[in-house]
Amino acid sequence: MALDKPYGNIPGTVIFDADQARLGYHLNQFCMSLMKAGNRARFKENERAYLDEWPMSEGQKEAVLARDYNRMIALGGNIYFLAKIFSTDGKSFQHAAALMTGMTQEDYAQMMLKGGRSPGEKR
Amino acid sequence: MARISAGVATSHVPAIGAAIDNGRTAEAYWQPLFAGYEFSRRWIENARPDVVILVYNDHATAFSLDIVPTFAIGCASRFEPADEGWGPRPVPVVIGHPELASHIAQSVIQQDFDLTIVQKMDVDHGLTVPMSLMFGQRASWPVRVIPLAVNVVLYPPPSGRRCFELGKAIRRAVESFDEKLDVQIWGTGGMSHQLQGPRAGLINREWDNRWLDGLIAEPESVAGIPHVEYMREAGSEAVELVMWLIMRGALDQRVRTLHRFYHVPASNTAVGHVILENSP
Repeated sequence: MALDKPYGNIPGTVIFDADQARLGYHLNQFCMSLMKAGNRARFKENERAYLDEWPMSEGQKEAVLARDYNRMIALGGNIYFLAKIFSTDGKSFQHAAALMTGMTQEDYAQMMLKGGRSPGEKR
Repeated sequence: MARISAGVATSHVPAIGAAIDNGRTAEAYWQPLFAGYEFSRRWIENARPDVVILVYNDHATAFSLDIVPTFAIGCASRFEPADEGWGPRPVPVVIGHPELASHIAQSVIQQDFDLTIVQKMDVDHGLTVPMSLMFGQRASWPVRVIPLAVNVVLYPPPSGRRCFELGKAIRRAVESFDEKLDVQIWGTGGMSHQLQGPRAGLINREWDNRWLDGLIAEPESVAGIPHVEYMREAGSEAVELVMWLIMRGALDQRVRTLHRFYHVPASNTAVGHVILENSP
Protein backbone atom coordinates (compact mmCIF):
# COMPACT_ATOMS: atom_id res chain seq x y z
CA MET A 1 0.00 0.00 0.00
CA ALA A 2 1.26 3.47 -0.81
CA LEU A 3 2.37 5.72 2.01
CA ASP A 4 0.04 8.51 3.03
CA LYS A 5 1.46 11.85 1.89
CA PRO A 6 -0.90 14.58 3.09
CA TYR A 7 1.86 17.15 2.46
CA GLY A 8 1.98 16.51 -1.29
CA ASN A 9 0.07 19.68 -2.23
CA ILE A 10 1.75 22.34 -0.07
CA PRO A 11 2.58 25.13 -2.53
CA GLY A 12 6.25 25.69 -3.38
CA THR A 13 7.37 23.00 -0.95
CA VAL A 14 9.09 19.62 -1.27
CA ILE A 15 8.99 17.60 1.95
CA PHE A 16 12.17 15.62 2.52
CA ASP A 17 10.61 12.22 3.08
CA ALA A 18 11.81 8.65 2.68
CA ASP A 19 11.44 8.74 -1.12
CA GLN A 20 13.33 12.03 -1.47
CA ALA A 21 16.03 10.82 0.93
CA ARG A 22 16.53 7.67 -1.15
CA LEU A 23 16.75 9.70 -4.38
CA GLY A 24 19.14 12.22 -2.82
CA TYR A 25 21.32 10.01 -0.65
CA HIS A 26 24.57 10.50 -2.60
CA LEU A 27 23.87 14.18 -3.33
CA ASN A 28 23.39 14.85 0.38
CA GLN A 29 26.40 12.78 1.40
CA PHE A 30 28.52 14.74 -1.12
CA CYS A 31 27.31 17.87 0.69
CA MET A 32 28.36 16.41 4.05
CA SER A 33 31.87 15.86 2.68
CA LEU A 34 32.20 19.65 2.34
CA MET A 35 32.35 19.97 6.13
CA LYS A 36 36.03 19.12 5.88
CA ALA A 37 38.33 21.96 4.82
CA GLY A 38 40.46 19.66 2.63
CA ASN A 39 37.42 18.50 0.69
CA ARG A 40 36.17 22.08 0.26
CA ALA A 41 39.53 22.99 -1.27
CA ARG A 42 39.46 20.02 -3.65
CA PHE A 43 35.87 20.82 -4.68
CA LYS A 44 36.73 24.47 -5.38
CA GLU A 45 39.80 23.45 -7.36
CA ASN A 46 37.78 21.34 -9.82
CA GLU A 47 34.08 21.03 -9.07
CA ARG A 48 33.28 18.64 -11.91
CA ALA A 49 36.12 16.26 -11.04
CA TYR A 50 35.11 16.24 -7.37
CA LEU A 51 31.46 15.57 -8.23
CA ASP A 52 32.51 12.70 -10.50
CA GLU A 53 33.88 10.91 -7.43
CA TRP A 54 30.27 10.50 -6.22
CA PRO A 55 27.66 8.11 -7.66
CA MET A 56 25.24 10.98 -8.30
CA SER A 57 22.99 11.35 -11.35
CA GLU A 58 24.10 13.66 -14.15
CA GLY A 59 21.09 15.87 -13.37
CA GLN A 60 22.17 16.21 -9.74
CA LYS A 61 25.73 17.11 -10.74
CA GLU A 62 24.51 19.71 -13.24
CA ALA A 63 22.21 21.24 -10.64
CA VAL A 64 25.13 21.55 -8.20
CA LEU A 65 27.38 23.14 -10.83
CA ALA A 66 24.59 25.62 -11.71
CA ARG A 67 23.83 26.23 -7.99
CA ASP A 68 20.20 25.53 -8.88
CA TYR A 69 18.92 24.80 -5.38
CA ASN A 70 15.29 24.25 -6.38
CA ARG A 71 16.46 21.61 -8.86
CA MET A 72 18.72 20.01 -6.23
CA ILE A 73 15.74 19.83 -3.85
CA ALA A 74 13.57 18.27 -6.57
CA LEU A 75 16.30 15.67 -7.07
CA GLY A 76 16.43 14.67 -3.40
CA GLY A 77 18.59 17.36 -1.81
CA ASN A 78 17.71 18.62 1.66
CA ILE A 79 18.30 22.25 2.52
CA TYR A 80 20.41 21.55 5.63
CA PHE A 81 22.73 19.40 3.55
CA LEU A 82 22.71 21.82 0.60
CA ALA A 83 23.73 24.54 3.07
CA LYS A 84 27.23 23.02 2.98
CA ILE A 85 27.45 24.06 -0.69
CA PHE A 86 26.53 27.70 -0.19
CA SER A 87 28.66 27.86 2.96
CA THR A 88 31.57 26.64 0.85
CA ASP A 89 30.74 29.51 -1.54
CA GLY A 90 30.81 31.91 1.43
CA LYS A 91 27.08 32.64 1.05
CA SER A 92 24.38 32.92 3.71
CA PHE A 93 21.06 31.16 4.19
CA GLN A 94 19.37 34.38 3.19
CA HIS A 95 21.32 34.45 -0.08
CA ALA A 96 20.18 30.91 -0.88
CA ALA A 97 16.59 31.58 0.17
CA ALA A 98 16.40 34.66 -2.07
CA LEU A 99 17.82 32.66 -4.98
CA MET A 100 15.18 29.94 -4.59
CA THR A 101 12.35 32.48 -4.57
CA GLY A 102 13.68 34.28 -7.65
CA MET A 103 14.07 37.55 -5.72
CA THR A 104 17.16 39.68 -5.28
CA GLN A 105 18.71 39.29 -1.86
CA GLU A 106 17.88 42.92 -1.13
CA ASP A 107 14.19 42.51 -2.00
CA TYR A 108 14.04 39.29 -0.03
CA ALA A 109 15.64 40.93 3.04
CA GLN A 110 13.10 43.77 2.76
CA MET A 111 10.24 41.29 2.61
CA MET A 112 11.52 39.64 5.80
CA LEU A 113 11.85 43.01 7.55
CA LYS A 114 8.22 43.71 6.69
CA GLY A 115 7.14 40.51 8.43
CA GLY A 116 7.96 37.84 5.87
CA ARG A 117 5.99 36.17 3.13
CA SER A 118 2.30 36.16 3.94
CA PRO A 119 0.82 32.69 4.37
CA GLY A 120 -2.08 33.62 2.08
CA GLU A 121 0.23 34.37 -0.83
CA LYS A 122 -0.06 31.96 -3.75
CA ARG A 123 3.18 30.65 -5.14
CA MET B 1 15.73 14.07 44.62
CA ALA B 2 16.23 15.93 41.36
CA ARG B 3 13.38 18.05 40.10
CA ILE B 4 12.43 19.98 36.98
CA SER B 5 11.94 23.56 38.04
CA ALA B 6 11.26 25.33 34.77
CA GLY B 7 11.09 25.10 31.00
CA VAL B 8 12.55 27.47 28.45
CA ALA B 9 11.69 27.56 24.76
CA THR B 10 13.54 29.53 22.15
CA SER B 11 14.30 29.58 18.44
CA HIS B 12 17.86 28.68 17.51
CA VAL B 13 18.55 30.62 14.27
CA PRO B 14 22.25 30.36 13.25
CA ALA B 15 22.41 34.05 12.29
CA ILE B 16 21.72 34.93 15.96
CA GLY B 17 24.88 33.05 16.91
CA ALA B 18 26.84 34.88 14.23
CA ALA B 19 25.52 38.25 15.48
CA ILE B 20 26.70 37.43 19.03
CA ASP B 21 30.06 36.05 17.91
CA ASN B 22 30.76 39.08 15.70
CA GLY B 23 29.73 41.70 18.27
CA ARG B 24 26.71 42.93 16.30
CA THR B 25 24.00 42.62 18.96
CA ALA B 26 23.60 46.40 19.35
CA GLU B 27 22.93 46.97 15.63
CA ALA B 28 19.48 48.27 14.72
CA TYR B 29 18.57 44.97 13.04
CA TRP B 30 19.47 42.83 16.05
CA GLN B 31 18.83 45.09 19.06
CA PRO B 32 15.06 44.38 19.33
CA LEU B 33 15.72 40.65 19.27
CA PHE B 34 18.34 40.68 22.03
CA ALA B 35 16.18 43.04 24.10
CA GLY B 36 13.68 40.18 24.26
CA TYR B 37 16.24 38.07 26.15
CA GLU B 38 17.37 40.61 28.75
CA PHE B 39 14.79 39.41 31.26
CA SER B 40 15.83 35.80 30.60
CA ARG B 41 19.52 36.48 31.30
CA ARG B 42 18.70 38.10 34.65
CA TRP B 43 16.25 35.34 35.50
CA ILE B 44 18.65 32.48 34.83
CA GLU B 45 21.43 34.23 36.74
CA ASN B 46 19.12 33.96 39.74
CA ALA B 47 17.62 30.57 39.02
CA ARG B 48 21.05 28.88 38.78
CA PRO B 49 19.99 25.48 37.47
CA ASP B 50 22.45 22.61 37.94
CA VAL B 51 21.55 20.87 34.70
CA VAL B 52 19.72 21.75 31.49
CA ILE B 53 18.17 19.01 29.37
CA LEU B 54 18.48 20.74 26.02
CA VAL B 55 16.12 19.49 23.32
CA TYR B 56 17.30 20.51 19.87
CA ASN B 57 17.86 19.14 16.41
CA ASP B 58 21.06 18.41 14.60
CA HIS B 59 21.22 20.11 11.18
CA ALA B 60 23.17 17.55 9.12
CA THR B 61 26.15 18.06 11.42
CA ALA B 62 26.70 15.11 13.79
CA PHE B 63 24.22 12.94 11.89
CA SER B 64 24.43 12.54 8.11
CA LEU B 65 21.96 10.35 6.24
CA ASP B 66 24.02 7.32 7.31
CA ILE B 67 22.35 7.25 10.73
CA VAL B 68 19.16 9.18 11.58
CA PRO B 69 18.06 8.58 15.17
CA THR B 70 14.58 9.86 16.03
CA PHE B 71 15.60 10.65 19.62
CA ALA B 72 19.28 10.66 20.67
CA ILE B 73 20.48 11.44 24.19
CA GLY B 74 24.05 12.61 24.78
CA CYS B 75 25.54 10.67 27.69
CA ALA B 76 29.15 11.90 27.33
CA SER B 77 31.03 14.13 29.76
CA ARG B 78 31.71 16.76 27.08
CA PHE B 79 30.49 17.85 23.66
CA GLU B 80 32.54 20.00 21.29
CA PRO B 81 30.95 22.87 19.33
CA ALA B 82 30.77 21.64 15.73
CA ASP B 83 32.45 23.01 12.62
CA GLU B 84 29.40 23.57 10.43
CA GLY B 85 31.43 24.62 7.42
CA TRP B 86 32.83 27.97 8.56
CA GLY B 87 34.78 26.80 11.64
CA PRO B 88 33.37 26.06 15.11
CA ARG B 89 31.59 28.90 16.96
CA PRO B 90 33.87 30.54 19.54
CA VAL B 91 31.84 29.21 22.47
CA PRO B 92 32.84 27.03 25.44
CA VAL B 93 32.85 23.26 25.34
CA VAL B 94 29.53 21.87 26.58
CA ILE B 95 29.94 19.85 29.78
CA GLY B 96 27.54 16.93 30.09
CA HIS B 97 26.05 15.11 33.04
CA PRO B 98 26.75 11.44 32.26
CA GLU B 99 25.20 10.09 35.48
CA LEU B 100 21.84 11.82 35.04
CA ALA B 101 21.84 11.30 31.26
CA SER B 102 22.39 7.53 31.59
CA HIS B 103 19.76 7.39 34.32
CA ILE B 104 17.25 9.17 32.04
CA ALA B 105 18.12 6.88 29.13
CA GLN B 106 17.59 3.72 31.17
CA SER B 107 14.42 5.05 32.76
CA VAL B 108 12.66 6.29 29.61
CA ILE B 109 13.58 3.21 27.59
CA GLN B 110 11.83 1.21 30.31
CA GLN B 111 8.86 3.55 29.78
CA ASP B 112 8.76 2.48 26.09
CA PHE B 113 10.71 5.41 24.57
CA ASP B 114 13.58 3.84 22.63
CA LEU B 115 16.26 6.52 22.80
CA THR B 116 19.54 6.22 20.91
CA ILE B 117 22.45 6.58 23.32
CA VAL B 118 25.29 8.75 22.04
CA GLN B 119 28.75 9.12 23.57
CA LYS B 120 30.40 11.04 20.75
CA MET B 121 28.55 13.99 19.24
CA ASP B 122 29.59 17.48 18.24
CA VAL B 123 26.81 19.99 18.91
CA ASP B 124 25.76 22.54 16.31
CA HIS B 125 23.96 25.91 16.42
CA GLY B 126 20.72 24.16 17.42
CA LEU B 127 22.23 23.71 20.87
CA THR B 128 24.82 26.47 21.15
CA VAL B 129 22.64 29.41 20.03
CA PRO B 130 20.11 28.91 22.87
CA MET B 131 23.06 28.67 25.30
CA SER B 132 24.42 32.00 24.02
CA LEU B 133 20.99 33.65 24.15
CA MET B 134 20.44 32.63 27.77
CA PHE B 135 23.97 32.94 29.15
CA GLY B 136 25.71 35.43 26.86
CA GLN B 137 29.42 35.23 26.08
CA ARG B 138 31.30 33.23 28.71
CA ALA B 139 34.65 31.55 29.23
CA SER B 140 32.75 28.47 30.41
CA TRP B 141 29.05 27.59 30.63
CA PRO B 142 27.65 27.86 34.18
CA VAL B 143 25.53 24.73 33.84
CA ARG B 144 25.85 21.11 32.80
CA VAL B 145 23.91 20.11 29.71
CA ILE B 146 22.26 16.90 28.54
CA PRO B 147 21.75 17.18 24.77
CA LEU B 148 18.61 15.52 23.45
CA ALA B 149 18.67 15.55 19.65
CA VAL B 150 15.39 15.00 17.81
CA ASN B 151 15.12 14.21 14.11
CA VAL B 152 13.08 16.92 12.42
CA VAL B 153 15.06 16.93 9.15
CA LEU B 154 14.00 13.62 7.57
CA TYR B 155 10.20 13.30 7.44
CA PRO B 156 8.48 12.09 9.55
CA PRO B 157 9.70 13.61 12.82
CA PRO B 158 8.14 12.13 15.94
CA SER B 159 4.54 13.32 16.39
CA GLY B 160 3.67 16.16 18.73
CA ARG B 161 1.87 13.62 20.92
CA ARG B 162 4.93 11.37 21.12
CA CYS B 163 7.11 14.35 22.05
CA PHE B 164 4.68 15.48 24.72
CA GLU B 165 4.58 11.99 26.24
CA LEU B 166 8.38 11.74 26.12
CA GLY B 167 8.52 14.94 28.16
CA LYS B 168 6.36 13.29 30.82
CA ALA B 169 8.61 10.22 30.84
CA ILE B 170 11.71 12.41 31.21
CA ARG B 171 10.11 14.14 34.18
CA ARG B 172 9.46 10.80 35.89
CA ALA B 173 13.07 9.81 35.19
CA VAL B 174 14.47 13.04 36.65
CA GLU B 175 12.30 12.74 39.76
CA SER B 176 13.66 9.25 40.42
CA PHE B 177 17.29 10.46 40.44
CA ASP B 178 18.62 10.48 44.00
CA GLU B 179 20.94 13.48 43.90
CA LYS B 180 19.37 16.85 44.72
CA LEU B 181 19.56 18.75 41.45
CA ASP B 182 17.70 21.71 39.98
CA VAL B 183 17.00 20.68 36.39
CA GLN B 184 15.57 22.80 33.59
CA ILE B 185 14.32 21.49 30.27
CA TRP B 186 14.62 23.60 27.13
CA GLY B 187 12.80 23.13 23.83
CA THR B 188 14.33 24.86 20.83
CA GLY B 189 13.76 25.56 17.13
CA GLY B 190 10.90 27.23 15.22
CA MET B 191 8.80 29.25 15.05
CA SER B 192 7.37 29.79 11.57
CA HIS B 193 9.98 29.55 8.86
CA GLN B 194 10.59 27.98 5.50
CA LEU B 195 14.14 27.83 4.19
CA GLN B 196 13.52 26.05 0.90
CA GLY B 197 11.92 26.53 -2.49
CA PRO B 198 9.77 29.28 -3.99
CA ARG B 199 7.84 29.75 -0.73
CA ALA B 200 10.97 30.48 1.36
CA GLY B 201 10.49 33.36 3.78
CA LEU B 202 7.00 32.32 4.88
CA ILE B 203 6.02 33.72 8.30
CA ASN B 204 2.67 33.23 10.02
CA ARG B 205 2.49 35.53 13.01
CA GLU B 206 -1.13 34.72 13.88
CA TRP B 207 -0.61 30.97 13.75
CA ASP B 208 2.57 31.20 15.84
CA ASN B 209 0.89 33.21 18.58
CA ARG B 210 -2.18 31.00 18.65
CA TRP B 211 0.13 27.99 18.94
CA LEU B 212 2.01 29.65 21.81
CA ASP B 213 -1.25 30.35 23.64
CA GLY B 214 -2.14 26.70 23.25
CA LEU B 215 1.30 25.44 24.28
CA ILE B 216 0.99 27.29 27.56
CA ALA B 217 -2.67 26.73 28.40
CA GLU B 218 -3.83 23.61 26.51
CA PRO B 219 -0.77 21.54 25.66
CA GLU B 220 -2.79 18.31 25.41
CA SER B 221 -4.71 19.73 22.48
CA VAL B 222 -1.64 21.31 20.80
CA ALA B 223 0.07 17.90 21.05
CA GLY B 224 -2.57 16.60 18.64
CA ILE B 225 -1.71 19.00 15.80
CA PRO B 226 -0.49 16.93 12.83
CA HIS B 227 2.85 17.65 11.11
CA VAL B 228 1.15 18.73 7.91
CA GLU B 229 -0.51 21.68 9.68
CA TYR B 230 2.85 23.00 10.89
CA MET B 231 4.34 22.65 7.42
CA ARG B 232 1.41 24.09 5.52
CA GLU B 233 0.56 26.97 7.85
CA ALA B 234 3.94 27.94 9.26
CA GLY B 235 6.49 26.67 6.73
CA SER B 236 8.27 23.37 6.16
CA GLU B 237 10.87 24.02 8.88
CA ALA B 238 8.27 25.07 11.48
CA VAL B 239 7.77 21.39 12.26
CA GLU B 240 10.75 21.88 14.60
CA LEU B 241 8.16 23.15 17.08
CA VAL B 242 7.29 19.57 18.08
CA MET B 243 10.48 19.79 20.16
CA TRP B 244 8.86 22.44 22.38
CA LEU B 245 6.27 19.83 23.33
CA ILE B 246 8.95 17.66 24.97
CA MET B 247 9.75 20.61 27.22
CA ARG B 248 6.06 21.25 27.88
CA GLY B 249 5.35 17.60 28.67
CA ALA B 250 7.96 17.69 31.44
CA LEU B 251 6.16 20.55 33.21
CA ASP B 252 3.00 20.77 35.31
CA GLN B 253 -0.32 20.92 33.51
CA ARG B 254 -0.69 24.47 34.83
CA VAL B 255 2.44 26.58 34.69
CA ARG B 256 3.38 30.14 35.46
CA THR B 257 4.45 32.16 32.38
CA LEU B 258 7.42 34.23 33.53
CA HIS B 259 8.28 35.62 30.12
CA ARG B 260 6.97 35.58 26.56
CA PHE B 261 8.57 37.17 23.51
CA TYR B 262 7.95 37.09 19.75
CA HIS B 263 9.92 38.84 17.04
CA VAL B 264 10.14 38.85 13.23
CA PRO B 265 12.63 38.49 11.61
CA ALA B 266 15.89 36.85 12.48
CA SER B 267 17.23 36.20 9.00
CA ASN B 268 14.46 33.93 7.57
CA THR B 269 12.72 33.07 10.80
CA ALA B 270 10.11 34.13 13.36
CA VAL B 271 11.67 34.00 16.82
CA GLY B 272 9.60 32.84 19.78
CA HIS B 273 10.70 32.56 23.39
CA VAL B 274 8.91 31.61 26.61
CA ILE B 275 9.92 30.79 30.17
CA LEU B 276 7.48 28.58 32.06
CA GLU B 277 7.78 27.69 35.72
CA ASN B 278 6.54 24.65 37.64
CA SER B 279 4.95 25.26 41.01
CA PRO B 280 7.58 24.90 43.72
